Amino acid sequence: MIRRDTLMAWPMIGFMLLFFISPLLLLLGISLRGADGGWGFGNFAAFLSDPFSRGVLTGTLALGAKVTFFVSLAALPLVMLYWHGGPRLRGLILICTLLPMLTANVVRTFAWVVILGRNGPISQSMLALGLTDRPFSLLFSEMGLIMALVQIELPLLLLPVFAVLNRADRRTLEAAETLGAGPWRAWFSAIFPQIIPAVLAGWVLVFASATTSYVTQSVIGGARLIYLPQYVYREVGVLFQWPMAAAISILLLASTGIIMLGLTMLARHERLQGHG
Amino acid sequence: MADVRSRLSVVSYRAFVWVGGLAVLACMIGPILLALVMSFNAGATLAFPPQGLSLRWYRLLLDPVASEPIHTAARNSVEVALATVVLVTVITAPAAFALARVPRRFSGTVEPVLLAPLVLPSLVYALAALLALSLLGLGPSFLAVLIGHAAVFAPLMFRTVLGLAQRSDPALEEASSTLGASRARTFLRISLPAILPGIVAGAFLVFMQSLDNVSVTLFLGDPGRTMLPLRLFAMLEESLDGRVAAVSGLLILAAALLLVILQRLGGRKDTP
Repeated sequence: MIRRDTLMAWPMIGFMLLFFISPLLLLLGISLRGADGGWGFGNFAAFLSDPFSRGVLTGTLALGAKVTFFVSLAALPLVMLYWHGGPRLRGLILICTLLPMLTANVVRTFAWVVILGRNGPISQSMLALGLTDRPFSLLFSEMGLIMALVQIELPLLLLPVFAVLNRADRRTLEAAETLGAGPWRAWFSAIFPQIIPAVLAGWVLVFASATTSYVTQSVIGGARLIYLPQYVYREVGVLFQWPMAAAISILLLASTGIIMLGLTMLARHERLQGHG
Repeated sequence: MADVRSRLSVVSYRAFVWVGGLAVLACMIGPILLALVMSFNAGATLAFPPQGLSLRWYRLLLDPVASEPIHTAARNSVEVALATVVLVTVITAPAAFALARVPRRFSGTVEPVLLAPLVLPSLVYALAALLALSLLGLGPSFLAVLIGHAAVFAPLMFRTVLGLAQRSDPALEEASSTLGASRARTFLRISLPAILPGIVAGAFLVFMQSLDNVSVTLFLGDPGRTMLPLRLFAMLEESLDGRVAAVSGLLILAAALLLVILQRLGGRKDTP
Protein backbone atom coordinates (compact mmCIF):
# COMPACT_ATOMS: atom_id res chain seq x y z
CA MET A 1 0.00 0.00 0.00
CA ILE A 2 2.71 2.46 1.03
CA ARG A 3 4.92 1.58 -1.93
CA ARG A 4 2.08 2.01 -4.36
CA ASP A 5 1.19 5.36 -2.80
CA THR A 6 4.70 6.78 -3.14
CA LEU A 7 4.59 5.66 -6.76
CA MET A 8 1.86 8.27 -7.30
CA ALA A 9 4.22 10.98 -6.06
CA TRP A 10 7.03 10.20 -8.48
CA PRO A 11 5.67 11.95 -11.59
CA MET A 12 5.66 15.28 -9.74
CA ILE A 13 8.99 14.66 -8.02
CA GLY A 14 10.52 13.67 -11.36
CA PHE A 15 9.04 16.71 -13.09
CA MET A 16 10.39 19.07 -10.45
CA LEU A 17 13.86 17.46 -10.44
CA LEU A 18 14.06 17.63 -14.22
CA PHE A 19 12.48 21.02 -14.87
CA PHE A 20 13.07 22.93 -11.63
CA ILE A 21 16.13 21.68 -9.75
CA SER A 22 18.40 20.81 -12.66
CA PRO A 23 17.92 24.15 -14.49
CA LEU A 24 19.03 25.92 -11.31
CA LEU A 25 22.11 23.71 -11.02
CA LEU A 26 22.83 24.42 -14.67
CA LEU A 27 22.51 28.15 -13.97
CA LEU A 28 25.04 27.83 -11.16
CA GLY A 29 27.38 25.96 -13.52
CA ILE A 30 27.12 28.55 -16.27
CA SER A 31 27.75 31.42 -13.84
CA LEU A 32 31.20 29.91 -13.24
CA ARG A 33 32.01 29.95 -16.94
CA GLY A 34 34.66 32.55 -17.81
CA ALA A 35 34.74 34.68 -20.96
CA ASP A 36 37.89 32.83 -22.08
CA GLY A 37 36.17 29.45 -21.81
CA GLY A 38 37.72 28.54 -18.47
CA TRP A 39 35.99 28.11 -15.14
CA GLY A 40 36.09 30.26 -12.04
CA PHE A 41 34.54 33.12 -10.16
CA GLY A 42 35.54 35.69 -12.79
CA ASN A 43 31.95 36.84 -13.45
CA PHE A 44 31.30 37.40 -9.77
CA ALA A 45 34.58 39.28 -9.36
CA ALA A 46 33.82 41.43 -12.42
CA PHE A 47 30.36 42.26 -11.13
CA LEU A 48 31.45 43.06 -7.60
CA SER A 49 34.46 45.15 -8.64
CA ASP A 50 32.37 47.43 -10.85
CA PRO A 51 31.03 50.32 -8.70
CA PHE A 52 27.88 50.71 -10.82
CA SER A 53 26.96 47.02 -10.51
CA ARG A 54 27.76 47.03 -6.82
CA GLY A 55 25.46 50.03 -6.47
CA VAL A 56 22.67 48.10 -8.16
CA LEU A 57 23.15 45.19 -5.75
CA THR A 58 23.17 47.35 -2.61
CA GLY A 59 20.32 49.47 -4.02
CA THR A 60 18.21 46.36 -4.51
CA LEU A 61 18.88 45.08 -1.01
CA ALA A 62 18.18 48.57 0.39
CA LEU A 63 14.89 48.67 -1.51
CA GLY A 64 13.92 45.35 0.09
CA ALA A 65 14.85 46.65 3.54
CA LYS A 66 12.95 49.94 3.11
CA VAL A 67 9.82 48.22 1.83
CA THR A 68 9.98 45.70 4.69
CA PHE A 69 10.32 48.55 7.19
CA PHE A 70 7.36 50.56 5.86
CA VAL A 71 5.22 47.43 5.47
CA SER A 72 5.82 46.66 9.15
CA LEU A 73 4.94 50.23 10.12
CA ALA A 74 1.69 50.11 8.13
CA ALA A 75 0.81 46.63 9.34
CA LEU A 76 0.98 47.47 13.06
CA PRO A 77 -2.30 49.38 13.55
CA LEU A 78 -4.16 47.05 11.20
CA VAL A 79 -2.92 43.98 13.03
CA MET A 80 -4.02 45.55 16.32
CA LEU A 81 -7.41 46.39 14.83
CA TYR A 82 -7.74 42.78 13.64
CA TRP A 83 -6.98 41.58 17.15
CA HIS A 84 -9.69 43.77 18.69
CA GLY A 85 -12.23 43.24 15.94
CA GLY A 86 -15.24 40.94 16.15
CA PRO A 87 -15.94 38.24 13.55
CA ARG A 88 -17.54 40.71 11.13
CA LEU A 89 -14.70 43.23 11.22
CA ARG A 90 -12.14 40.42 10.97
CA GLY A 91 -13.94 39.05 7.92
CA LEU A 92 -13.91 42.50 6.30
CA ILE A 93 -10.20 42.97 7.01
CA LEU A 94 -9.45 39.51 5.61
CA ILE A 95 -11.35 40.25 2.38
CA CYS A 96 -9.61 43.62 2.01
CA THR A 97 -6.29 41.82 2.47
CA LEU A 98 -6.95 38.96 0.08
CA LEU A 99 -8.55 40.91 -2.77
CA PRO A 100 -5.46 43.02 -3.61
CA MET A 101 -3.31 39.91 -3.30
CA LEU A 102 -5.42 37.90 -5.73
CA THR A 103 -5.72 40.79 -8.16
CA ALA A 104 -3.52 40.67 -11.22
CA ASN A 105 -0.18 42.43 -11.15
CA VAL A 106 -1.12 44.64 -14.08
CA VAL A 107 -4.14 46.00 -12.19
CA ARG A 108 -2.12 46.95 -9.12
CA THR A 109 0.61 48.53 -11.22
CA PHE A 110 -1.94 50.36 -13.37
CA ALA A 111 -3.62 51.74 -10.26
CA TRP A 112 -0.30 53.07 -8.98
CA VAL A 113 0.58 54.63 -12.32
CA VAL A 114 -2.67 56.63 -12.03
CA ILE A 115 -2.23 57.44 -8.32
CA LEU A 116 1.36 58.64 -8.69
CA GLY A 117 0.83 60.46 -11.98
CA ARG A 118 0.62 64.19 -12.61
CA ASN A 119 -3.19 64.10 -12.72
CA GLY A 120 -3.41 61.57 -9.93
CA PRO A 121 -5.10 62.01 -6.54
CA ILE A 122 -1.84 62.65 -4.63
CA SER A 123 -0.71 65.49 -6.87
CA GLN A 124 -4.24 66.92 -7.15
CA SER A 125 -4.93 66.95 -3.42
CA MET A 126 -1.55 68.53 -2.64
CA LEU A 127 -2.42 71.18 -5.21
CA ALA A 128 -5.87 71.74 -3.70
CA LEU A 129 -4.37 72.08 -0.22
CA GLY A 130 -1.90 74.63 -1.51
CA LEU A 131 1.10 72.52 -0.51
CA THR A 132 2.50 72.75 -4.02
CA ASP A 133 1.94 75.30 -6.77
CA ARG A 134 2.00 72.95 -9.74
CA PRO A 135 1.10 69.31 -10.41
CA PHE A 136 3.93 66.82 -9.91
CA SER A 137 4.51 63.18 -10.65
CA LEU A 138 5.92 60.59 -8.27
CA LEU A 139 6.34 58.11 -11.10
CA PHE A 140 9.93 57.05 -11.75
CA SER A 141 10.92 58.07 -8.21
CA GLU A 142 12.06 55.75 -5.46
CA MET A 143 9.43 57.17 -3.12
CA GLY A 144 6.66 56.30 -5.55
CA LEU A 145 8.07 52.82 -6.05
CA ILE A 146 8.26 52.21 -2.30
CA MET A 147 4.65 53.38 -1.82
CA ALA A 148 3.44 51.01 -4.52
CA LEU A 149 5.48 48.07 -3.24
CA VAL A 150 4.28 48.61 0.33
CA GLN A 151 0.65 48.36 -0.78
CA ILE A 152 1.41 45.32 -2.96
CA GLU A 153 3.47 43.40 -0.38
CA LEU A 154 1.49 44.30 2.76
CA PRO A 155 -0.78 41.20 2.55
CA LEU A 156 2.28 38.94 2.63
CA LEU A 157 3.05 40.17 6.14
CA LEU A 158 -0.56 40.39 7.32
CA LEU A 159 -1.73 36.89 6.46
CA PRO A 160 0.75 34.90 8.56
CA VAL A 161 0.17 37.29 11.50
CA PHE A 162 -3.64 36.99 11.20
CA ALA A 163 -3.29 33.20 11.19
CA VAL A 164 -1.47 33.38 14.53
CA LEU A 165 -3.91 35.91 16.02
CA ASN A 166 -6.80 33.57 15.17
CA ARG A 167 -5.25 31.02 17.54
CA ALA A 168 -3.80 33.46 20.10
CA ASP A 169 -4.74 33.13 23.71
CA ARG A 170 -6.97 36.01 24.88
CA ARG A 171 -6.38 35.25 28.54
CA THR A 172 -2.80 36.55 28.40
CA LEU A 173 -4.12 40.02 27.60
CA GLU A 174 -6.70 39.82 30.36
CA ALA A 175 -3.99 38.72 32.78
CA ALA A 176 -1.81 41.69 31.80
CA GLU A 177 -4.73 44.09 32.24
CA THR A 178 -5.68 42.57 35.58
CA LEU A 179 -2.11 43.15 36.71
CA GLY A 180 -2.56 46.84 35.93
CA ALA A 181 -0.90 47.22 32.54
CA GLY A 182 -2.28 49.99 30.31
CA PRO A 183 -3.54 49.02 26.83
CA TRP A 184 -0.22 49.77 25.08
CA ARG A 185 1.80 47.81 27.55
CA ALA A 186 -0.71 44.95 27.67
CA TRP A 187 -0.65 44.58 23.86
CA PHE A 188 3.12 44.74 23.53
CA SER A 189 3.89 42.47 26.48
CA ALA A 190 1.09 39.92 26.09
CA ILE A 191 0.15 39.72 22.40
CA PHE A 192 3.14 41.02 20.47
CA PRO A 193 5.58 38.27 21.55
CA GLN A 194 3.15 35.67 20.24
CA ILE A 195 3.22 37.10 16.70
CA ILE A 196 7.00 37.61 16.41
CA PRO A 197 7.67 34.31 14.58
CA ALA A 198 4.87 35.12 12.10
CA VAL A 199 6.26 38.63 11.59
CA LEU A 200 9.70 37.23 10.77
CA ALA A 201 8.14 34.72 8.36
CA GLY A 202 6.24 37.62 6.75
CA TRP A 203 9.43 39.69 6.47
CA VAL A 204 11.03 36.86 4.51
CA LEU A 205 8.18 36.92 1.99
CA VAL A 206 8.01 40.72 1.75
CA PHE A 207 11.75 41.12 1.32
CA ALA A 208 12.03 38.37 -1.30
CA SER A 209 9.06 39.70 -3.20
CA ALA A 210 10.09 43.37 -3.10
CA THR A 211 13.65 42.74 -4.31
CA THR A 212 12.53 40.59 -7.25
CA SER A 213 9.35 42.29 -8.48
CA TYR A 214 10.60 42.96 -11.98
CA VAL A 215 7.37 44.39 -13.37
CA THR A 216 6.57 46.90 -10.64
CA GLN A 217 10.20 47.98 -10.46
CA SER A 218 10.43 48.64 -14.18
CA VAL A 219 7.01 50.26 -14.73
CA ILE A 220 6.88 52.44 -11.58
CA GLY A 221 10.65 52.85 -11.13
CA GLY A 222 11.26 53.61 -14.79
CA ALA A 223 14.46 53.26 -16.75
CA ARG A 224 16.67 55.33 -14.48
CA LEU A 225 16.14 53.36 -11.27
CA ILE A 226 17.83 50.06 -11.99
CA TYR A 227 17.50 47.04 -9.71
CA LEU A 228 18.93 43.55 -10.05
CA PRO A 229 16.02 41.92 -11.92
CA GLN A 230 16.17 44.56 -14.67
CA TYR A 231 19.95 44.23 -14.72
CA VAL A 232 19.63 40.49 -15.28
CA TYR A 233 17.05 41.01 -18.01
CA ARG A 234 19.29 43.55 -19.74
CA GLU A 235 22.30 41.21 -19.68
CA VAL A 236 20.25 38.47 -21.35
CA GLY A 237 17.70 40.25 -23.49
CA VAL A 238 19.89 43.05 -24.79
CA LEU A 239 23.52 42.04 -24.36
CA PHE A 240 23.24 38.21 -24.54
CA GLN A 241 25.79 37.92 -21.71
CA TRP A 242 24.62 34.54 -20.47
CA PRO A 243 27.35 33.72 -17.94
CA MET A 244 27.17 37.24 -16.51
CA ALA A 245 23.37 37.11 -16.25
CA ALA A 246 23.66 33.72 -14.55
CA ALA A 247 26.21 35.10 -12.08
CA ILE A 248 23.99 38.09 -11.23
CA SER A 249 21.02 35.77 -10.73
CA ILE A 250 23.05 33.59 -8.41
CA LEU A 251 24.15 36.72 -6.50
CA LEU A 252 20.51 37.86 -6.23
CA LEU A 253 19.54 34.40 -5.04
CA ALA A 254 22.44 34.16 -2.59
CA SER A 255 22.02 37.60 -1.05
CA THR A 256 18.25 37.32 -0.57
CA GLY A 257 18.76 33.69 0.47
CA ILE A 258 21.23 34.62 3.21
CA ILE A 259 18.89 37.28 4.59
CA MET A 260 15.93 34.89 4.43
CA LEU A 261 17.92 32.15 6.14
CA GLY A 262 18.95 34.58 8.87
CA LEU A 263 15.35 35.65 9.49
CA THR A 264 14.12 32.05 9.46
CA MET A 265 16.74 31.04 12.00
CA LEU A 266 15.77 34.01 14.13
CA ALA A 267 12.13 32.88 13.95
CA ARG A 268 13.08 29.37 15.08
CA HIS A 269 15.18 30.84 17.86
CA GLU A 270 12.36 33.03 19.16
CA ARG A 271 10.05 30.06 19.18
CA LEU A 272 12.61 28.06 21.14
CA GLN A 273 12.79 30.84 23.69
CA GLY A 274 9.47 29.65 24.67
CA HIS A 275 5.91 30.66 24.10
CA GLY A 276 5.16 27.07 23.21
CA MET B 1 -2.06 62.69 37.72
CA ALA B 2 -1.76 58.94 37.32
CA ASP B 3 -5.42 58.94 36.33
CA VAL B 4 -4.84 61.48 33.57
CA ARG B 5 -1.92 59.48 32.25
CA SER B 6 -3.87 56.24 32.14
CA ARG B 7 -6.80 57.97 30.39
CA LEU B 8 -4.37 59.45 27.89
CA SER B 9 -2.91 56.02 27.23
CA VAL B 10 -6.37 54.51 26.63
CA VAL B 11 -7.40 57.34 24.29
CA SER B 12 -4.16 57.30 22.31
CA TYR B 13 -4.33 53.51 22.04
CA ARG B 14 -7.91 53.56 20.73
CA ALA B 15 -7.10 56.35 18.29
CA PHE B 16 -4.03 54.52 17.00
CA VAL B 17 -5.86 51.23 16.56
CA TRP B 18 -9.09 52.51 15.03
CA VAL B 19 -7.97 55.57 13.06
CA GLY B 20 -4.64 54.03 12.04
CA GLY B 21 -6.08 50.61 11.32
CA LEU B 22 -8.97 51.88 9.21
CA ALA B 23 -6.66 54.27 7.35
CA VAL B 24 -4.29 51.44 6.42
CA LEU B 25 -7.27 49.31 5.40
CA ALA B 26 -8.45 52.12 3.10
CA CYS B 27 -4.98 52.50 1.59
CA MET B 28 -4.81 48.79 0.94
CA ILE B 29 -8.11 48.42 -0.87
CA GLY B 30 -8.13 51.97 -2.32
CA PRO B 31 -5.95 51.33 -5.39
CA ILE B 32 -8.13 48.38 -6.41
CA LEU B 33 -11.32 50.46 -6.10
CA LEU B 34 -9.62 53.29 -7.97
CA ALA B 35 -8.71 50.95 -10.84
CA LEU B 36 -12.32 49.78 -10.94
CA VAL B 37 -13.68 53.35 -11.02
CA MET B 38 -11.21 54.33 -13.74
CA SER B 39 -12.53 51.59 -15.99
CA PHE B 40 -15.88 53.43 -16.19
CA ASN B 41 -14.20 56.74 -17.01
CA ALA B 42 -15.90 58.65 -19.80
CA GLY B 43 -12.98 60.97 -20.49
CA ALA B 44 -10.26 60.29 -23.03
CA THR B 45 -7.41 60.85 -20.56
CA LEU B 46 -6.80 59.02 -17.35
CA ALA B 47 -7.36 61.43 -14.52
CA PHE B 48 -8.84 60.94 -11.12
CA PRO B 49 -11.65 61.68 -10.39
CA PRO B 50 -12.99 60.48 -13.78
CA GLN B 51 -14.88 62.82 -16.09
CA GLY B 52 -18.26 61.12 -16.07
CA LEU B 53 -19.14 57.46 -16.25
CA SER B 54 -19.46 55.31 -19.34
CA LEU B 55 -18.76 51.88 -20.73
CA ARG B 56 -16.73 53.24 -23.64
CA TRP B 57 -13.47 51.42 -22.70
CA TYR B 58 -15.27 48.12 -22.26
CA ARG B 59 -16.94 48.62 -25.65
CA LEU B 60 -13.59 49.42 -27.24
CA LEU B 61 -12.03 46.42 -25.52
CA LEU B 62 -14.71 44.10 -26.88
CA ASP B 63 -14.50 45.54 -30.40
CA PRO B 64 -13.08 42.68 -32.48
CA VAL B 65 -11.24 44.91 -34.97
CA ALA B 66 -9.79 47.66 -32.76
CA SER B 67 -8.70 45.30 -30.01
CA GLU B 68 -7.64 42.33 -32.10
CA PRO B 69 -4.07 42.16 -30.66
CA ILE B 70 -5.45 42.10 -27.11
CA HIS B 71 -7.91 39.35 -28.02
CA THR B 72 -5.16 37.24 -29.60
CA ALA B 73 -2.91 37.76 -26.58
CA ALA B 74 -5.74 36.86 -24.22
CA ARG B 75 -6.51 33.71 -26.21
CA ASN B 76 -2.85 32.65 -26.10
CA SER B 77 -2.71 33.27 -22.36
CA VAL B 78 -5.91 31.36 -21.65
CA GLU B 79 -4.64 28.41 -23.71
CA VAL B 80 -1.41 28.31 -21.71
CA ALA B 81 -3.26 28.75 -18.41
CA LEU B 82 -5.72 25.93 -19.16
CA ALA B 83 -2.93 23.59 -20.28
CA THR B 84 -0.96 24.49 -17.14
CA VAL B 85 -3.95 23.72 -14.92
CA VAL B 86 -4.39 20.29 -16.58
CA LEU B 87 -0.69 19.39 -16.34
CA VAL B 88 -0.42 20.62 -12.73
CA THR B 89 -3.55 18.72 -11.68
CA VAL B 90 -2.37 15.47 -13.28
CA ILE B 91 1.03 15.46 -11.60
CA THR B 92 0.27 17.30 -8.35
CA ALA B 93 -3.00 15.92 -7.00
CA PRO B 94 -1.78 12.26 -6.87
CA ALA B 95 1.54 13.39 -5.38
CA ALA B 96 -0.08 15.45 -2.62
CA PHE B 97 -2.52 12.63 -1.93
CA ALA B 98 0.30 10.09 -1.74
CA LEU B 99 2.63 12.21 0.41
CA ALA B 100 -0.12 12.71 2.99
CA ARG B 101 -0.15 8.92 3.48
CA VAL B 102 3.54 8.01 3.69
CA PRO B 103 5.88 8.16 6.70
CA ARG B 104 7.06 11.66 7.65
CA ARG B 105 10.65 10.64 7.00
CA PHE B 106 10.02 10.44 3.27
CA SER B 107 7.53 13.27 2.85
CA GLY B 108 9.64 15.54 5.07
CA THR B 109 12.55 15.37 2.64
CA VAL B 110 10.43 15.72 -0.49
CA GLU B 111 8.05 18.51 0.53
CA PRO B 112 10.61 21.35 0.69
CA VAL B 113 11.70 20.54 -2.87
CA LEU B 114 8.11 20.58 -4.08
CA LEU B 115 7.37 23.88 -2.30
CA ALA B 116 10.65 25.64 -3.18
CA PRO B 117 9.28 27.49 -6.25
CA LEU B 118 7.06 29.54 -3.91
CA VAL B 119 10.04 31.48 -2.52
CA LEU B 120 12.41 31.40 -5.48
CA PRO B 121 12.36 34.61 -7.58
CA SER B 122 10.59 33.54 -10.75
CA LEU B 123 12.90 35.70 -12.87
CA VAL B 124 15.90 33.65 -11.76
CA TYR B 125 14.00 30.45 -12.47
CA ALA B 126 12.93 31.75 -15.89
CA LEU B 127 16.55 32.38 -16.85
CA ALA B 128 17.60 28.93 -15.64
CA ALA B 129 14.72 27.26 -17.46
CA LEU B 130 15.53 29.07 -20.70
CA LEU B 131 19.12 27.78 -20.50
CA ALA B 132 18.07 24.22 -19.67
CA LEU B 133 15.26 23.96 -22.19
CA SER B 134 17.47 25.42 -24.94
CA LEU B 135 19.98 22.65 -24.22
CA LEU B 136 17.16 20.15 -24.66
CA GLY B 137 16.47 21.72 -28.04
CA LEU B 138 13.30 23.39 -26.75
CA GLY B 139 13.64 27.11 -27.40
CA PRO B 140 10.99 29.68 -26.51
CA SER B 141 7.67 28.07 -27.38
CA PHE B 142 4.21 27.17 -26.11
CA LEU B 143 5.60 23.96 -24.60
CA ALA B 144 8.44 25.82 -22.86
CA VAL B 145 6.00 28.29 -21.24
CA LEU B 146 3.76 25.40 -20.21
CA ILE B 147 6.65 23.57 -18.52
CA GLY B 148 7.85 26.78 -16.84
CA HIS B 149 4.41 27.70 -15.51
CA ALA B 150 3.77 24.16 -14.28
CA ALA B 151 7.09 24.07 -12.39
CA VAL B 152 6.52 27.47 -10.77
CA PHE B 153 2.82 27.13 -9.91
CA ALA B 154 2.49 23.42 -9.06
CA PRO B 155 3.26 24.19 -5.37
CA LEU B 156 0.08 26.29 -5.14
CA MET B 157 -2.07 23.24 -5.85
CA PHE B 158 0.26 20.90 -3.97
CA ARG B 159 -0.35 22.89 -0.81
CA THR B 160 -4.14 23.16 -1.09
CA VAL B 161 -4.49 19.43 -1.83
CA LEU B 162 -1.94 18.32 0.77
CA GLY B 163 -3.79 20.25 3.49
CA LEU B 164 -7.05 18.42 2.77
CA ALA B 165 -5.43 15.03 2.20
CA GLN B 166 -3.69 15.22 5.57
CA ARG B 167 -6.99 15.94 7.28
CA SER B 168 -8.94 13.16 5.56
CA ASP B 169 -9.14 9.90 7.47
CA PRO B 170 -7.41 6.88 5.86
CA ALA B 171 -9.68 4.62 7.94
CA LEU B 172 -12.55 5.56 5.61
CA GLU B 173 -10.62 4.15 2.65
CA GLU B 174 -9.82 0.96 4.55
CA ALA B 175 -13.45 0.61 5.55
CA SER B 176 -14.49 1.06 1.94
CA SER B 177 -12.16 -1.64 0.64
CA THR B 178 -13.00 -3.97 3.53
CA LEU B 179 -16.64 -3.65 2.55
CA GLY B 180 -15.75 -4.91 -0.91
CA ALA B 181 -15.33 -1.76 -2.98
CA SER B 182 -12.72 -1.91 -5.74
CA ARG B 183 -9.69 0.42 -5.59
CA ALA B 184 -11.14 2.56 -8.34
CA ARG B 185 -14.50 2.79 -6.61
CA THR B 186 -12.88 3.65 -3.28
CA PHE B 187 -10.87 6.37 -4.97
CA LEU B 188 -13.85 7.88 -6.77
CA ARG B 189 -16.27 7.69 -3.85
CA ILE B 190 -14.03 8.29 -0.83
CA SER B 191 -10.61 9.73 -1.63
CA LEU B 192 -11.43 12.08 -4.49
CA PRO B 193 -14.34 13.91 -2.78
CA ALA B 194 -12.07 14.55 0.21
CA ILE B 195 -9.43 16.38 -1.83
CA LEU B 196 -11.65 17.82 -4.58
CA PRO B 197 -12.08 21.27 -2.94
CA GLY B 198 -8.29 21.51 -2.78
CA ILE B 199 -8.00 20.64 -6.46
CA VAL B 200 -10.63 23.22 -7.44
CA ALA B 201 -9.11 25.96 -5.28
CA GLY B 202 -5.63 25.07 -6.52
CA ALA B 203 -6.80 25.04 -10.14
CA PHE B 204 -8.19 28.56 -9.81
CA LEU B 205 -5.03 29.85 -8.14
CA VAL B 206 -2.82 28.26 -10.80
CA PHE B 207 -5.04 29.58 -13.61
CA MET B 208 -4.98 33.16 -12.29
CA GLN B 209 -1.25 33.12 -11.60
CA SER B 210 -0.46 31.68 -15.01
CA LEU B 211 -2.62 34.34 -16.66
CA ASP B 212 -0.78 37.02 -14.69
CA ASN B 213 2.81 35.79 -14.94
CA VAL B 214 5.36 38.01 -16.63
CA SER B 215 8.88 36.74 -15.83
CA VAL B 216 8.53 33.16 -17.06
CA THR B 217 6.44 34.19 -20.05
CA LEU B 218 8.96 36.90 -20.93
CA PHE B 219 11.87 34.45 -21.15
CA LEU B 220 10.19 31.25 -22.36
CA GLY B 221 7.40 32.64 -24.55
CA ASP B 222 7.52 32.47 -28.34
CA PRO B 223 8.23 36.10 -29.37
CA GLY B 224 5.73 35.72 -32.21
CA ARG B 225 2.86 34.91 -29.87
CA THR B 226 2.25 37.73 -27.39
CA MET B 227 0.62 36.85 -24.13
CA LEU B 228 -1.86 38.97 -22.18
CA PRO B 229 0.30 40.36 -19.36
CA LEU B 230 3.12 41.32 -21.73
CA ARG B 231 0.65 43.01 -24.08
CA LEU B 232 -0.94 44.89 -21.17
CA PHE B 233 2.38 46.01 -19.76
CA ALA B 234 3.46 47.22 -23.16
CA MET B 235 0.23 49.27 -23.33
CA LEU B 236 0.85 50.57 -19.82
CA GLU B 237 4.37 51.71 -20.67
CA GLU B 238 3.61 53.21 -24.09
CA SER B 239 0.42 55.10 -23.47
CA LEU B 240 -2.16 55.13 -20.73
CA ASP B 241 -4.72 53.38 -22.89
CA GLY B 242 -8.14 53.32 -21.19
CA ARG B 243 -8.52 49.72 -22.25
CA VAL B 244 -5.95 48.78 -19.59
CA ALA B 245 -8.51 50.05 -17.10
CA ALA B 246 -11.25 47.96 -18.70
CA VAL B 247 -9.08 44.83 -18.58
CA SER B 248 -8.28 45.71 -14.96
CA GLY B 249 -12.00 45.88 -14.23
CA LEU B 250 -12.49 42.38 -15.63
CA LEU B 251 -9.46 41.03 -13.73
CA ILE B 252 -10.73 42.54 -10.46
CA LEU B 253 -14.02 40.77 -11.08
CA ALA B 254 -12.12 37.51 -11.64
CA ALA B 255 -10.16 38.03 -8.39
CA ALA B 256 -13.38 38.70 -6.46
CA LEU B 257 -14.85 35.53 -7.96
CA LEU B 258 -11.75 33.58 -6.93
CA LEU B 259 -12.09 34.96 -3.41
CA VAL B 260 -15.72 33.82 -3.21
CA ILE B 261 -14.77 30.35 -4.49
CA LEU B 262 -11.93 30.02 -1.99
CA GLN B 263 -14.19 31.04 0.88
CA ARG B 264 -17.00 28.73 -0.22
CA LEU B 265 -14.63 25.80 -0.40
CA GLY B 266 -13.45 26.74 3.05
CA GLY B 267 -9.96 25.82 1.95
CA ARG B 268 -7.02 27.19 3.88
CA LYS B 269 -8.08 30.74 3.27
CA ASP B 270 -5.83 32.17 5.94
CA THR B 271 -2.71 30.84 4.20
CA PRO B 272 -3.19 31.12 0.46
